[in-house]
Amino acid sequence: MTDARRLATALSALGVVLLAIGLTALFVGSAGLSPGAVARALTGRAETSSVEAIVTLSLRLPRVAVAALAGAALAVAGVGFQALTRNPLAEPSVLGVSSGAAFGVVLAQILGFETGLVAALGVAVFAFAGALLSAAIVYLVATAPGGLAIQTLLLAGVIVGIFFSAAITVIISLVDFNRLSGVIHWLLGNLAPIPPSSLALFAALTGAGVWLILRHARELNLLALGEEAASQLGIDAERLKRRVFVAAALLTGTVVAFTGPIGFVGLIVPHVLRGLVGQDNRFLVPTCAVAGATFLLAADTLARNVVAPAELSVGVITAFCGAPFFVWVLRARSRPV
Amino acid sequence: MGPARAEPAGLTPLIEFDHVAFAYARAADPRTRAFAFPGLSFAIERGEIFGVIGPNSAGKTSLLRLLTRVLSPQRGEIRLDGRPIGALRSWELAREVAVVPQEAPRPFPFTVEQLVLMGRYPHGPRRFFEDAGDAAAARDAMLATATLSLAAMPLERLSGGERQRALLARALAQEPRLLVLDEPTAHLDLRYQAETAALLRRLNRERGMTVLLVSHDLNLAAELADRLLLLRAGEVARVGAPGDVLEQGVLEDVFGCRVTVDKSASGRPVVQLAYERG
Repeated sequence: MTDARRLATALSALGVVLLAIGLTALFVGSAGLSPGAVARALTGRAETSSVEAIVTLSLRLPRVAVAALAGAALAVAGVGFQALTRNPLAEPSVLGVSSGAAFGVVLAQILGFETGLVAALGVAVFAFAGALLSAAIVYLVATAPGGLAIQTLLLAGVIVGIFFSAAITVIISLVDFNRLSGVIHWLLGNLAPIPPSSLALFAALTGAGVWLILRHARELNLLALGEEAASQLGIDAERLKRRVFVAAALLTGTVVAFTGPIGFVGLIVPHVLRGLVGQDNRFLVPTCAVAGATFLLAADTLARNVVAPAELSVGVITAFCGAPFFVWVLRARSRPV
Repeated sequence: MGPARAEPAGLTPLIEFDHVAFAYARAADPRTRAFAFPGLSFAIERGEIFGVIGPNSAGKTSLLRLLTRVLSPQRGEIRLDGRPIGALRSWELAREVAVVPQEAPRPFPFTVEQLVLMGRYPHGPRRFFEDAGDAAAARDAMLATATLSLAAMPLERLSGGERQRALLARALAQEPRLLVLDEPTAHLDLRYQAETAALLRRLNRERGMTVLLVSHDLNLAAELADRLLLLRAGEVARVGAPGDVLEQGVLEDVFGCRVTVDKSASGRPVVQLAYERG
């Protein structure tokens, strides 16, 4: 079977799972709608002002879209950071990049970006800037003569994460103490439905980031040879690293701007996919996009329903899965990226 | 790999270093000692095996980096086939010059076949997946290096000798005109050293491939190379046939230690360190 066929097969299999989980997510929830009612709303046979239409089309459907976009973006950002650092544990939240983006979002909020498409774009720009800043700091701290040491990189990520979390707390304390609880909910990752225009922006930014990393997937494989060997094969290693770095920061910043920092998706999903499709980034990037969407959608559906009618932040679920997973991968690190 | 490409002799040399001057920026990397090529000139002819030898920090590695454009000369010019390499696209250069590194990269998660296919990148940098021609070239390269049976193995599971052959296969998959080897036998035991030497000689004879061999191992270089370049502190100490370069007086002067030079069974010089007993 050719590579293209193999990729298409893997993507269709993963696509079927995504579709199944997506449908499940539409049909379950605290509103207690009957499957028939949801089906009526989905097929346009319900009144637009009816409960089932509002719940299904204005609450659940956008939420499913947000979860899928965020999951895809985070998983692909993880693959990007892992290829750049040649480290299977690199991931937006572990590297502190999510915290940097969150700092940007908080900053944007106190500057008055509230609702609407322009505001959403403003928040996304701040989140992107925060992500870039924190990723650059981690990179500079961890780069010693002789390359990136794995431990140094992880520690640098933790330190940068702590720093930006503290900075967020300072800002919030100074500005408005009453908003703290809402922000904490957001800081754990909150897949609230967002308006269609913002959703379109979210989709466009995610698409751009995934596309940027995908088109460099073959070159990212060659980066595993080391930068000198990669450049001797005709790759502009500096430019490649810069582009993928920016794309991964863009994906992270976008997710944080629209949903808050959701951790560990970029760790769990690529790791599982490496076992299924192998280490080739040309397979990993597209399959992780689909599988990341599926994973976060499943986690969110769980978060909405385990303690219904209340709901957990989806970040709680991914952190509960991700933290033990991190330890497990760390211990099995003899198997490299 | 295709049919052997015999190089027409007597035209421009394949590689020319023309008064190449280079110095590392001060304190760019504290581990590199202050080192410079004041103005290095030499040529590698088509179809020959050319060895570069010299003491530590004589400039062997820097020479290799200049040739592959990892470093750029501050003055002078390096030409491939009469064309300045600075004018080539980086992947154009990679189609002509392939490097077998000293050591395998670590961590390296890919299989031997995936590694070898990476050598095809310069032949289709815009392709997302390699095509049938790439697969055939990779297969050919693995056949030539006896690594075909290892194709599905992760590189990290191989022995040192197997890894070296896999790296050589990757370079061959580039179908280069110049094959550059950086200390090809540094991590190999005697048997693999012999196999590597035989393989290089065969590639040179059967495919007309020009070989640049950078090595500490004077005797390997003497045995394989048609001509040797002896470097001292970034300058040519001597260049010529192994018998003319590996002379006792020259070596003692350049390396700063006592040596004896004999002849091997093949008539090539054999250098031995004359240990001082104290």
